[in-house]
Amino acid sequence: MSFQLEESPTTEGEVITNYTINFGPQHPAAHGVLRMIMELDGEVIERIDPHVGLLHRGTEKLIEHKTYLQALPYFDRLDYCSPLCMEHSYVLAIEKLLNLEVPLRAQYLRVLFAELTRICNHMLNIGAHVMDVGAMTPNLWVFELREDCMNFFERASGARMHSAWFRPGGVHQDVPEKLLVDIGDWLDNRFFQLFEDAMSLVIDNRIFKQRNVDIAIVSREDAIAWGFSGPMIRAAGIPWDLRKSQPYDVYDRMEFDIPVGTNSDCYDRFMVRVKEVYESAKIIKQCLRDMPQGPVASTDGKVSPPKRGEMKQSMESLIHHFKLYTEGFHVPAGEVYVATESPKGEFGVYLVSDGTNKPYRCKIRPTAFSHLQAMDMMSRGHMLPDATAILGAIDVVFGECDR
Amino acid sequence: MKVVHSAPRFASNEGVINAISESIGVWLIEAEESHGEVIFRVQRDAVAKVLRILRDDHQYQQMMEIAGADYPARPERFEVVYMLLSLTKNHRVMVKCSTDENTPVPTITTLWPNAGWLEREVFDMYGVTFAGNPDLRRILTDYGFEGHPFRKDFPMTGYTELRYSEEEKRVVYEPVELAQEMRTFDFLSPWEGADYVLPGDEKADEKAKEEGGQ
Repeated sequence: MSFQLEESPTTEGEVITNYTINFGPQHPAAHGVLRMIMELDGEVIERIDPHVGLLHRGTEKLIEHKTYLQALPYFDRLDYCSPLCMEHSYVLAIEKLLNLEVPLRAQYLRVLFAELTRICNHMLNIGAHVMDVGAMTPNLWVFELREDCMNFFERASGARMHSAWFRPGGVHQDVPEKLLVDIGDWLDNRFFQLFEDAMSLVIDNRIFKQRNVDIAIVSREDAIAWGFSGPMIRAAGIPWDLRKSQPYDVYDRMEFDIPVGTNSDCYDRFMVRVKEVYESAKIIKQCLRDMPQGPVASTDGKVSPPKRGEMKQSMESLIHHFKLYTEGFHVPAGEVYVATESPKGEFGVYLVSDGTNKPYRCKIRPTAFSHLQAMDMMSRGHMLPDATAILGAIDVVFGECDR
Repeated sequence: MKVVHSAPRFASNEGVINAISESIGVWLIEAEESHGEVIFRVQRDAVAKVLRILRDDHQYQQMMEIAGADYPARPERFEVVYMLLSLTKNHRVMVKCSTDENTPVPTITTLWPNAGWLEREVFDMYGVTFAGNPDLRRILTDYGFEGHPFRKDFPMTGYTELRYSEEEKRVVYEPVELAQEMRTFDFLSPWEGADYVLPGDEKADEKAKEEGGQ
């Protein structure tokens, strides 16, 4: 570490030294286990060296030792703030290799719950970001909404967070009709009021703006070169959204807008997320309106398990069930890279199959990797307290970053 | 084959292979399109040049991911795969090259700044080195970790485990001790694909040979 000695006009001959501090790994504003070595000149950041990997669990290695279906729950544990969106990339990758058709109702259900997950994720990030820069109340309010989302996940899959509900070929179980009605009711009668109330405290707040406007401005060229995606690239004014440009499932039937920023600072990133929440709500409403009846899992008995009732009646179903839960299904040899728009950006899965029942290689592209890497570039020249605002606006979750 | 899956649909692959093959022709080993993905296998030493051409002449502005993969049976066992994305053409391609433990791959940090960490990760997990990367430290594994955990010959349990020692008042590293033997279930159907001898069947082949010989 290089220490510079310099004379300063304000310290009357006293010598000032650059110093290095350690931020994290156990710090509430680090959003998990991030350790950053910061070189400071007074309170100005000169250099940041983020150390990641403190939550590295070797997920990709574990997946290589599991069958395709057994590997699915690992994805819930990547970005544990938006578990269903993580599963989405993985099941789509398997389906692409298998060239498997997914029934329409299942596609609608997936889109509906992916968007509900997006709302759930943005509630956490918006709340945390606001709290990072000093406000307490909005966070408590939006967590109420997050809790509602969790209850919906629980009613659909039985689990609040680690749902494992998206399956290759569809979803695990159909949802009760009452749940869909309740989601619609919740959007109409509770969600917007509470969310707007919370945001009214923040959006035009003088202190909030002072902490976020003009912090960490990233040019369009830099945003592209650094591999930004999601709200980070949209805040830079590039209308790039995989749901729109490379639609998967039934996103091509949905009408929604892509909010973009103009100034590419932390405030824009925050506002892009706030606006995205409204777009997600729009998509959910369209899903509820248009969702057809029908099967929720592929009818291909070699991939999706038979219904419980059938299993008790038919020998063939029983054999299929047994084979699927012991051997699992075989996926044709080949490799695909499938990326979806997770709430944080492009979440990709590079899946290599050798034709057996286990993935040969499953590389996960975390969104946070590119964004966190640019932390040094973004925060250079800013003050130490701005680092928390920048980090909050990146929306980083370490389960996903470290894998 | 008719596409019936609902995975992300980007712009058509038609003509992409021809157009790109023409401009990177000398370094190209193989170009293929399968499962809707366009993959270029190129010479290792030319990776940076090829990616520069793709970025500057073919509008693949973003490099989203670098993945390593290990195929121990091959003479050059490691594969490094670059995923490129074009924002303007709305298209993705993969570029890959192969290498072994000792031969470095040219870095592409000169082309995309975010390649730095991605190359560090491939180095950390597979031990592939990148010539020219200014900061090739480990990234995901522990401080002072030894070995490259994603290689196929690295055991899933690893070699060391750590615990807090009450006597020494610090975290200590010890060799892995499994309370129960590691169980790797193999459910591959013996009728299709499994190429191992079933327990109790070891002598079946010898017997068959002997009988055949008599």
